[in-house]
Amino acid sequence: MTAPPDDCLARNEWICGEYLSTRRDILLDAVGQHLQLTVLSVLIGLAIALPLAVVARRWGWAAGPVLAVTTVLYTIPSLAMFSLLLPVYGLSAALVVAGLVLYSLTLLVRNILAGLRAVPEDTRQAARGMGYGPVRLLLTVELPLALPAAMAGLRIATVSAVSLATVGAIVGFGGLGNLIYAGMNTYFKAQVLTASVLCVVIAVAADLLLLGIQWLITPWTRARRG
Amino acid sequence: MNTLTDAWNWLTDSAHWAGDDGVWHRLGQHLVLTVVCLVISCLIALPVALVLGHLGRGGALAVNISNVGRAVPTFAVLVLLLLTPIGDWGEGPTVVALVLFAVPPLLTNAYVGMREVDRDVVRAARGMGMTGRQLLWRVEAPLAMPMILGGVRLAAVQLVATATIAALAGGGGLGRIITAGFNLASTPQVVAGAVLVAVFALLVEAVFEAAERLLPRRGTR
Repeated sequence: MTAPPDDCLARNEWICGEYLSTRRDILLDAVGQHLQLTVLSVLIGLAIALPLAVVARRWGWAAGPVLAVTTVLYTIPSLAMFSLLLPVYGLSAALVVAGLVLYSLTLLVRNILAGLRAVPEDTRQAARGMGYGPVRLLLTVELPLALPAAMAGLRIATVSAVSLATVGAIVGFGGLGNLIYAGMNTYFKAQVLTASVLCVVIAVAADLLLLGIQWLITPWTRARRG
Repeated sequence: MNTLTDAWNWLTDSAHWAGDDGVWHRLGQHLVLTVVCLVISCLIALPVALVLGHLGRGGALAVNISNVGRAVPTFAVLVLLLLTPIGDWGEGPTVVALVLFAVPPLLTNAYVGMREVDRDVVRAARGMGMTGRQLLWRVEAPLAMPMILGGVRLAAVQLVATATIAALAGGGGLGRIITAGFNLASTPQVVAGAVLVAVFALLVEAVFEAAERLLPRRGTR
């Protein structure tokens, strides 16, 4: 690459338009990887957390152990979590996804469980009185009513996953974290700042997207307010 | 299974515990960083939260700052700080980043705790002629204490995690054992370091758990 000696790249400035235009592909790749890591881990997390929360709700004795285990997982610092999974997954994207899934579990299980517990007993009895079986009760009454709390958990879990994915740079699969890590070693200010800002932008965009989805799938909460 | 045995052998080798890169030194660094930054963060966040909570102002700020803190990657902040002039002061970037990430949970929890104090109790205290300062210290702060301590616990866990990530950006602490392990491509060392960090984090959590169990007994006396 032949950069003229006096552009912002050569002067190593924090904000650099030249950087954006010349490293576009690198940035897009990193954003793509970042999105893949977070979306995949949140979806897997959701797929595991939902049954766990339902089980913990249905059989009270299961709630204690489920919450205890997920809390312990959440206490382990991210760098240590990724490192502990190293013997299982090796240096791979699966390692980062597995780590992020374990983190999202705590937030998701807690919130879904709180949502399920908040369903009024009267509502449940009314549904039972109308002849609803346990499965139909769960799918058509309890889960929809738990949606606001569950979505709150999903939003927190997603935002956290976007932010934590950067630590995946330690194994070379950190999405934008890779750029930050490489930028740190070469004191490349524009790269570090751009990648950091993109991380925050992704987190905020994901949060707003989920808020929008929540708005669309829970019309009854709006009717009550209006 | 082999890796676990190797990690165990790494941990039981006394050579790995001594010296500047040894476990004891890193553990000391980690502990000092966590404690010092927890104290600094409390000194910054709690007075602000108590006063804001007492006055009932700035709620949106106090509550939303936690969400902002969650969206900003710790690792990115550490590296950004490292590249600013703060990066020249040794542990400077680590300390600043640790404090930045410990303040939001402290602020949010203490503020919410202060606002959740039963309004009838507050009105009764006012009716008894308590001044604002008496109300704050004798009624609101003691009643908000469980929430405030919950915030301190969250902040402590956050501090331990952030101090670990600081190793990626050249900071000291137990995380250095992990990053050194990666650089040496030594999986046993990586796993051993991770076990140390996890045990440390769980111990911190356990200390707060124990403190919280002891506290209510004192409150009801």
